Amino acid sequence: MAGVRAGAQMPHLSKMERVVVSMQDPDQGVKMRSQRLLITVIPHMVAGSDLVEWLIQKYCISEEEALHLGTLLVQHGYLYPLRDPRCLVLRPDDTPYRFQTPYFWTSTLWPATELDYAIYLAKKNIRKQGALVGHEKEHYGQLHRKINHAWDLVVMQAREQLRAAKQRRKGDRLVMACQEQTYWLVNRPPPGVPSVLEQGPERSSCTAGQAQMNKNIDFYKREMELCRKALGRARVKSSVCLEAYLKFSSQRELHDPIMSGCLPGNPWVTDDDTYWTMNAPSVAVPTKLRVERWGFSFQELLEDPVGRAHFMAFLGTEFSAENLSFWEACEELRHGGQAQVRVMVDAVYQQFLAPGAARWVNIDSRTMERTLEGLHQPHRYVLDDAQLHIYMLMKKDSYPRFLKSAAYKDLLAEAVIPPEAKKRVFPFMRKLPHSSPSPALLPAATSGEPAAAAGGPECGEGGA
Amino acid sequence: MCDQTFLVNVFGSCDKCFKQRALRPVFKKSQQLSYCSMCAEIMATDGLHENQTLASLKSEAESLKGKLEEERAKLHDVELHQVAERVEALGQFVMKTRRTLKGHGNKVLCMDWCKDKRRIVSSSQDGKVIVWDSFTTNKEHAVTMPCTWVMACAYAPSGCAIACGGLDNKCSVYPLTFDKNENMAAKKKSVAMHTNYLSACSFTNSDMQILTASGDGTCALWDVESGQLLQSFHGHGADVLCLDLAPSETGNTFVSGGCDKKAMVWDMRSGQCVQAFETHESDINSVRYYPSGDAFASGSDDATCRLYDLRADREVAIYSKESIIFGASSVDFSLSGRLLFAGYNDYTINVWDVLKGSRVSILFGHENRVSTLRVSPDGTAFCSGSWDHTLRVWA
Repeated sequence: MAGVRAGAQMPHLSKMERVVVSMQDPDQGVKMRSQRLLITVIPHMVAGSDLVEWLIQKYCISEEEALHLGTLLVQHGYLYPLRDPRCLVLRPDDTPYRFQTPYFWTSTLWPATELDYAIYLAKKNIRKQGALVGHEKEHYGQLHRKINHAWDLVVMQAREQLRAAKQRRKGDRLVMACQEQTYWLVNRPPPGVPSVLEQGPERSSCTAGQAQMNKNIDFYKREMELCRKALGRARVKSSVCLEAYLKFSSQRELHDPIMSGCLPGNPWVTDDDTYWTMNAPSVAVPTKLRVERWGFSFQELLEDPVGRAHFMAFLGTEFSAENLSFWEACEELRHGGQAQVRVMVDAVYQQFLAPGAARWVNIDSRTMERTLEGLHQPHRYVLDDAQLHIYMLMKKDSYPRFLKSAAYKDLLAEAVIPPEAKKRVFPFMRKLPHSSPSPALLPAATSGEPAAAAGGPECGEGGA
Repeated sequence: MCDQTFLVNVFGSCDKCFKQRALRPVFKKSQQLSYCSMCAEIMATDGLHENQTLASLKSEAESLKGKLEEERAKLHDVELHQVAERVEALGQFVMKTRRTLKGHGNKVLCMDWCKDKRRIVSSSQDGKVIVWDSFTTNKEHAVTMPCTWVMACAYAPSGCAIACGGLDNKCSVYPLTFDKNENMAAKKKSVAMHTNYLSACSFTNSDMQILTASGDGTCALWDVESGQLLQSFHGHGADVLCLDLAPSETGNTFVSGGCDKKAMVWDMRSGQCVQAFETHESDINSVRYYPSGDAFASGSDDATCRLYDLRADREVAIYSKESIIFGASSVDFSLSGRLLFAGYNDYTINVWDVLKGSRVSILFGHENRVSTLRVSPDGTAFCSGSWDHTLRVWA
C-alpha cells in the first residue's frame, strides 16, 4: 500500500540506487580495498576521501558539492561507516565505508513495522546487555508494553536470528549487524536527526485509486478536445520567441539588482535602506533607472504610480485624460468585490459611456454597441472589450508620444542617480537597520501602495 | 480448467430481465443486485465492451498527442542555448545569507513577500503563520491555524492582510492588526472551501480576490468579502500543487502545475484551459512566470526545472545536472529573467543561467529540504524557507 504512490513520490531514491551501483562498477567505480577491523578483515571497503574524489570526477562538481551528495547517500542508508555505525555521516578521509546490501535499500520502502523493530532491539539487548542506547531503550520499553501479547514471538524470533547468525563467519556477522543497524538508523532515526523518509502530506493517495478508475471516457474526450484546440492554435517560430528572451534580459540587466547591483547599495548587504527610500512608490524625484524603465513598455509605465501620474498629466495636456481614468475604473471593477459589481458598472457607465457623459471616452461604434448590450447583465468582465480598446489606443498612440515629449525628456534629465555608498571604514560598527511602519498600520492609501519607509523608531533587537 | 461451482442462493425474479431464474449476486457500482446467469454474462461482456471503447479512446488520444508534438516540432528551428551562444557568460557569482529568520517551531512550508519589499509572511507544519519584517528580523504578527501543515500563504497587495491554508482544506484571510487588544484569529475570514488540502493561494491584483489550488485536483477563484466561488478550473487529473498569475498587461491568465505532471494555463474569465504542457516525468511542485509573461518555469520531483514558451507552445529548455537527483520544490526568476533560482529537496539552492542553460552557482546553508523560494518584489534579494525551521534571505 505504502509502496506504490510513495515510490512515485520518491524518484530520487531510484536515482541514488543508480549512483551507488555505478560506484561499485569494477572498472569505473570507486577504488575498493580491504580493511582490517581488529582481527577481522572486511573486504570491499571504500575510503570516504575516495568516494568524494569519485563524485568530483564523475559529475564534474566541486569538493563541497561532492561531500554534500555523498553525505546524502550515507544519510539515506546506501552507504555505512564500518567503524562508527551509529552515526550516518561522510568523512572525507580514510574512514572506511561499505555499500548497503540491496535487501535493505531505502528504495524498497518496505514498511518497517513495530514487530520488526522490536525483534531488532531484542536481538541487540540479548546479544549484549546495555547495548541499547537512550532512545532505543525507551522504544524497547514502549514496544514491550504495546505488543506485550506478542512478546514471546519477538524474543523467539530474536533468539532464532541470533542463533542463525552465529553460524556465519565473524566478518559476515559484523557486516550483517552493521547493515541492519544502518537500516534502522534510517527508518527509526535517533532524536534530533530528521527522518529522510518523511515526505509531507500524501498526494493523490486513495483519490488516485478512484481517479484511475474514473479515467474514463470523459477524461480522454477532454484530453482530445484540448489536443484538437492546441493543434488549431497559431504558433510562433522558436527563433523568434527565444530572441525575445535575449532582448528582454539584456534590456533589464542593469535594472536587476542581483545581476548588476543597485545604487547606493543593496539594503540587504549594507543594512542601509536608502535604496528603498529613494525608490519608494510615491517619491518626488524618481531615479534615472526608474524613469528609463517607463520607456521599456506601456505596462511598466502604468504599474509605477509615479510614472502613471506623469502620464496622466501628459494626457491632460492632450485632453485625453479620461482614457486613463476609464481604464483605471475598469481595473477597479475587474478586481473589486463581487458585491460592488453592479454599482461600479453603473458608475462607469454614467461617467464614461453614457451619451453626454462628463468624461465620455471615444470607443469605436461596434465595441460600444456590444458593451452597451452587455450592460443589461452586468458582470465584472462586461467592460473588458471597451477597456482593451482604450488600452490599445493609449499604448499605440498616446504612449509613444509621451516618450517623445518634452515632459518625459525633462523627467529623464532631472532624474537622480544615487552615488555609491562609501565603504564603511570600521566594519564592526554595524548600523542597526531601521524599522519601517507596516503597511497595515497606515490609513488605506488610494492606490493601495504601502507608504515609504519613514524610518520609525530604531529597533533595539532583531529576532529570534 | 477449474471446477466451477455456482452457488445458487436464490431462485426468483432477475433484477434485469425480470424472468424467473436461478439468481447470482452481482455488484454494480457497489450496489448488490441479483441477476440470472444470462444477464450476468451479458453484464460481463458489457464491461468488456466499455473497456474496448476506453482502449480505443486512449489510443486515439495518444495519437492526437503525437500529432500535436509533430506540429510543435515543425516550428522549432533552434535551441535556446544555441541562440544564447552570443550572450556573455556570467561571471563569478556570490550570494550569501544576509538574514536568518528563526522562530518557527517546525518545518517552514511556504512564504510570500509584501509589496513593501521587506516584510514577509511564512507558514509552517505546526500551524503557525508569522509575519516578519525580514530586514530587522522582527516578528510583527503571529497566528496559529487550527490545522497542521499550512502549505500555502500569501500577502495581500495592500499589505493589510494575509491568506493561508493547508490540511484544513480552506483558505482563510486574516486582516493584520496592530491593536494589542484584538486577537487576529477573531477577525479571520474563511474564503475558500475545497475537498482536499490547499496547496497554493495567491491574491490577484487586489485584496478582494483569491486564487487557490488544491489537492482535490481543481483551482478556484474566490471573492474574499463574500466567500463566493467566482470560477473553478477543472482539468488536472490529480492534485494541483502550485500556481502563478501571469504578469501580462491584460492580466487574465494563470498557470498551474500538478501531480499529473502537467502544467496548464487557464483563462480566468471562462475557466477554460488554454494551453497544456506535459513533459515532466514527475510531480510539478512549482511554477513561475518569466518576467515578460511570455514563458514560465517549472520545478519538479524529477530533479529538473523546465522553461515553457507560451507563443511557441512548447518546452524550450531543461535545467538539469546529473549530480542533482533530488526534486526541485520551488523556483523563481531574478528581475531581468536571466537567473532562475531553484530550491531543492537536497537542502541546496541552485542558480541557473536561464539563457545558456548552465548552472551558475550552488548555495549551501539550509539543513533540511528547501520548501519555498521567492525573489523579493524589487529583485534585491530572495528568501528561502526550509524544513530546518528557518528562513534565509540571500543577496
